[in-house]
Amino acid sequence: MALATKTTTDRGTGRPPSPPRSRTFWGSTIGKKTVMAVSGLLMLGYLVAHVMGNLKVFFGPEEFNAYGHWLRTMGAPVLHHSWALWLVRIVLLAAVVAHAVSAYQLSRRDIRARPTAYAHRRKRSSYATRTMRWGGVVVALFIVWHILDLTTGTAHPGGFQEGHPYQNVVDTFSTWYGNVIYIVAMLAVGLHVRHGFWSAAQTLGVGNARRERLLKTLANGLALVLTVGFVSVPVAVMTGVVS
Amino acid sequence: MKLTLRVWRQKNADADGALSTYEVDGISSDMSFLEMLDTLNEELILRGEDPVAFDHDCREGICGACSLVINGDAHGPERTTTCQLHMRSFRDGDTIDVEPWRAAAFPVVKDLVVDRSAFDRIIQAGGYISAPTGAAPEAHATPVPKADADFAFEHAECIGCGACVAACPNGSAMLFTSAKINHLNVLPQGAPERETRVLDMVGQMDAEGFGGCTLTGECATACPKGIPLPSIAAMNKEWLRAQRKSARR
Repeated sequence: MALATKTTTDRGTGRPPSPPRSRTFWGSTIGKKTVMAVSGLLMLGYLVAHVMGNLKVFFGPEEFNAYGHWLRTMGAPVLHHSWALWLVRIVLLAAVVAHAVSAYQLSRRDIRARPTAYAHRRKRSSYATRTMRWGGVVVALFIVWHILDLTTGTAHPGGFQEGHPYQNVVDTFSTWYGNVIYIVAMLAVGLHVRHGFWSAAQTLGVGNARRERLLKTLANGLALVLTVGFVSVPVAVMTGVVS
Repeated sequence: MKLTLRVWRQKNADADGALSTYEVDGISSDMSFLEMLDTLNEELILRGEDPVAFDHDCREGICGACSLVINGDAHGPERTTTCQLHMRSFRDGDTIDVEPWRAAAFPVVKDLVVDRSAFDRIIQAGGYISAPTGAAPEAHATPVPKADADFAFEHAECIGCGACVAACPNGSAMLFTSAKINHLNVLPQGAPERETRVLDMVGQMDAEGFGGCTLTGECATACPKGIPLPSIAAMNKEWLRAQRKSARR
């Protein structure tokens, strides 16, 4: 080994007592991105399960309501009534908070890193990429409304019936604003997933030159399937297929 | 060719800058962009004005000294360095905007010159290998698989010009840092510092105030040496591996 030509970070003399903040996991931009990637993938997994559940609405009120009931008895008799559901909710809440906090901190940093804009502006990057931040905010606001509408029933149009999700869904999508909010939010989800899934793969180091096309196709496919799946429900209510 | 230039003029790091408009005439389409600026500067000197300051050195596209954001593109409309960009890429009567690299970590020194020493400090943090001094070792003593050699060479092409930072909407240096890390980390010569290299260099990159990566891909599009976007994923993989290893220790 060559003699040390640097003294400040020489490993031979032992590590400094505490690494600089940017070398720790959470202190690093890559660490925060990793948190975003993992939490994002968790939420994406949930969305896939959610859309499959939603599509049961096409098989009539009995099957749909029974599915809603099963979500509460899931894990029984080992778990008490709706414990499994609460477990899912807690994990999801943690994922949302981790995702949002990292996104906020990284965005602040990114804006600070480029304080002066170019005088000669031109269109940069794809629509999905440019709308990640505001699209994320739109989706977050939607989730609040969605829970108040169909879980707690606080913001539900008409009489909210606990245990009758089929009727509640039909009520919500019988209002024009219910449809507008939902469809806009689902388009935002699609765009967010399109760039987010591919980005998560890059952040976790799964991406390479050979997998590029596969990952892009997967991201686009997931985004399309989720958006079409979710949007099909309000469209079905509007057209009278589900009533 | 007759051109209208809007050039960023700024007296020093603390002064406010602004775009100044200049007319240049008698430009040959065979001139490089920098030769066109030389022509402007000769005129400015004759008029007794302060010439436009810009970085340049080899003018062969291999040193990484030249910069300039031309019409919103780092190194201009062609995929090459500004010194290798020729005026045939423009048309007679065009108005061309010339701005310096924009990033908090690259403060403007004067006019179009920015301070890129943040890159030097990232290199100092880990962009080296430990090797005994003396005679060069026998070349076949350390075999390197062809695929690894190609991968290392692809990343070794980075000339550290900073176009990636200039093009990135977040002022992120991920492509530069990944090129330097991938170049050394894949080779057996770089193996002894494999973990500390990625942790130290990424740590320094963050400490310099560069932004994070949002995978817009602008950097790889602007890179005159064609460092590919998946380099960033390869660096992330190395970083996560080093984090796991250092956590276990």
